[in-house]
Amino acid sequence: MIELTRRATFSASHYYWNDDWSAEQNESVFGRCANRNGHGHNYTLEVTVAGEPDAVTGFVVDLKWLKDVMEREVLSAYDHRHLNLEVPEFSKAIPTTENLAIAAWKRLQPALAAARGAQLRKVRIYETPEIFAEYRGEA
Amino acid sequence: MKAGFGRRYMLSASHRLHTDALSDEANRAAYGKCNNPHGHGHNYVVEVLVGGEVSPATGMVIDMAVLDRTVQRLVVERFDHRNLNLDPLFAERVPTTENFCRAVFGLLRGALPAVELQHVRVEETENNFFECDSAG
Repeated sequence: MIELTRRATFSASHYYWNDDWSAEQNESVFGRCANRNGHGHNYTLEVTVAGEPDAVTGFVVDLKWLKDVMEREVLSAYDHRHLNLEVPEFSKAIPTTENLAIAAWKRLQPALAAARGAQLRKVRIYETPEIFAEYRGEA
Repeated sequence: MKAGFGRRYMLSASHRLHTDALSDEANRAAYGKCNNPHGHGHNYVVEVLVGGEVSPATGMVIDMAVLDRTVQRLVVERFDHRNLNLDPLFAERVPTTENFCRAVFGLLRGALPAVELQHVRVEETENNFFECDSAG
């Protein structure tokens, strides 16, 4: 089994806020991230798929196809958007890096499941070069 | 729902790869430039990955400030701008990055009770890195 990872970048804004909490509690837990005017990041999305290389092409998946899937399912929805205000899954859930990794997995999984052979293994999202979250499909 | 959260920390330290179990000649053969008696140093990157439930209230696996404080206190303050060979953890063990990675894992294991320590990765340079997980 070979793992193959493709990377893409997107830029988006967000803020952290729990509507069930007071402003003081939000500011205490989320600090600067609770600023309702939002702030932004250059994110990196890493998608890892696993499978056997095809006997004819030597590919686990066609990388151009994987790039198109990432573009269509994730980047077109997240890039240059305000995650809280423009992305449906974050109208309630807080767009933390953890939740972004889970949400990107959910967006990618159906398209990748339709592909012959390769399985989605891991989604990792870097919020900065020093901070990342990853999701492997665990319940 | 379970996810992982990772964070990268930087520290600079010196070391010398040398073991008293080998002759000087065998040390030079095994460790090459890294056996230089005066030591040398690296800018290490320590990557810590923890896993756990994503809290529905915060959307987070762990409070990053808690992770930062713990890693700063137990790892960065201990090793940054130090000579690894002089740390008690390396009194009997060569401070290769394999052993350094395992030492960091040991220092952090149990220090973050709310989450699972999934892996520690130490990058010695841009071109080499080592990973250690709970399997050892």
